[in-house]
Amino acid sequence: MKITLDADKCCAAGQCVLIAPEVFDQRDEDGVVVLLDAEPAADQHAAVREAAAICPAAVIEVHE
Amino acid sequence: MSARPIAVVGASAAGLAAAEALRRSGWHGPLTLIGDEDQLPYDRPPLSKQLLHGTWEPDRLLLRTRDQLDPLGLDLRLGTRATGLDAATRTLTLDGGVGVPPLEQGRERGRLECAGVIVATGVAARTLPGADGLAGVHTLRTLDDALALRAGLADPARRLVIVGNGVLGCEAAAVARELGHDVTLVGRDPVPMAGAVGTEVGELLAEEHRARGVRLVTGAVDGFTVAEDGAPARVGGVRLADGSLLPADVVLLAIGSTPAVDWLADPALDTSDGLRCDAYCAAAPGIYAAGDVARWDHPVHGRPVRFEHRMNATEQGMAAARNLLAELAAEGAHDPGDTPPERRPFAPVPYFWSDQYALKIQAYGLTAGADRVETTLLDRDERRTVALYGRGDSAVGVLAAGIPPRQIRALRAVVATPVPWDEARERVAAATAAS
Ligand SMILES: Cc1cc2nc3c(=O)[nH]c(=O)nc-3n(C[C@H](O)[C@H](O)[C@H](O)COP(=O)(O)OP(=O)(O)OC[C@H]3O[C@@H](n4cnc5c(N)ncnc54)[C@H](O)[C@@H]3O)c2cc1C
Ligand code: SF4
Repeated sequence: MKITLDADKCCAAGQCVLIAPEVFDQRDEDGVVVLLDAEPAADQHAAVREAAAICPAAVIEVHE
Repeated sequence: MSARPIAVVGASAAGLAAAEALRRSGWHGPLTLIGDEDQLPYDRPPLSKQLLHGTWEPDRLLLRTRDQLDPLGLDLRLGTRATGLDAATRTLTLDGGVGVPPLEQGRERGRLECAGVIVATGVAARTLPGADGLAGVHTLRTLDDALALRAGLADPARRLVIVGNGVLGCEAAAVARELGHDVTLVGRDPVPMAGAVGTEVGELLAEEHRARGVRLVTGAVDGFTVAEDGAPARVGGVRLADGSLLPADVVLLAIGSTPAVDWLADPALDTSDGLRCDAYCAAAPGIYAAGDVARWDHPVHGRPVRFEHRMNATEQGMAAARNLLAELAAEGAHDPGDTPPERRPFAPVPYFWSDQYALKIQAYGLTAGADRVETTLLDRDERRTVALYGRGDSAVGVLAAGIPPRQIRALRAVVATPVPWDEARERVAAATAAS
């Protein structure tokens, strides 16, 4: 799995961090998403898919 | 396995989330997504922000590209309106549009017999008598609306009157000021956004809008006048009930919305203020609802709620999809594979945000309808504030403005379930101590 972000679209909702805190974080100053791990291990895949689906700004793209 | 499709009505945030969740959760049968707009599913929050501002073009708003939709194997019917639903037989009536099936055996044109239906038709912008057919008067709900308003503001220094000082009106006012227009914001309530966030936070926002040059006016709209020099059917001003006149080149009506339930005439369905659902988002057996249109029994808050928030559209679309599949599995109409799913009550922590100028407002839980609000002002000039909202002895909502979003995440836990008021106050104070 490989993750790409369209971070310009991020509205700083932070939902991705709630769902997959090992893969996503937010920038201190404006809350924009930060990718901690672009190729997460298998045990993270379900959470990452959920985060991508739930992100209210369609920021996260998952390539399987 | 049923040959009947699951149909999702409404091809926007909630409908798309439902369709994707149906596939992820193992629905391999036919899946029909019906939307009356011509566009592929797109996102609405940027309409009053980046799109109106001109920093984004429409293609930036697409929630998924064609390539991303393809793997879903959707029977996608855009430009198609659902005009009726017979809940007992789960049969939809469809009106025109691309891809309405031709006459087939056992299938009448424009009728779709479904295994299950998810209603995600959202809300429609309210308008005012006399506004129809008057050029220069806009609403802001769809991409077409937003493009028309943007075109109306293409010339510099237009006089824009925004009727309605809720979230949408405030966001549009901020963008229009940034673009250099002359902006008047009219509301029946003197305090902007008071209904959503209470008076104290509303007053802080009022200060920000005034500081940026927005004229705030209190009053009820009585009607419109037409432009004197231009074409006869072009707006020239907004008349208030007290007789005053606000001259305008462009008018935006941002006076709230009505749930899109007019097409649901089946008496088996309760459509007063949205489609009424139980805690599982079910309106009737096999019929679910999600997003702005759905009014459901929130299990934690113990009363029916309906949210017009972007986050809820996605979360509820996903929940409705899973619960529908669980029901179909129990009916034997869907083979769930190894693990038969169970229906789960939908109990989200509501979340919304709004962007005005550089100010970001974020809220968790219920902020509207609170009977007590405590606002902690951290910095008046920077408009930094935290507010706690309660009903009875419990805290049910929390809002932050001008605070780093990362820090606000800690506030979510405070209102994830109603907490005793004093305990919530302490936790909010601890979470914002560093601000
Ligand atoms: C300008 C604007 C700014 C916003 N900003 C924010 C924000 O900053 N933060 C936030 O949290 N929320 C915001 N929102 C709210 C958010 O966009 C909505 O909560 C969300 O779009 C709801 O999604 P939905 O899918 O339930 O409904 P909708 O997005 O309304 O989609 C419903 C779709 O169904 C279609 N439809 C209706 N009736 C039929 C029918 N009979 N047959 C077929 N199709 C039909 C409609 O045309 C529409 O495409 C904003 C909304 C707007 C309009
Ligand atoms: S969920 Fe989406 S919008 Fe929210 S912080 Fe994560 S990437 Fe950004």
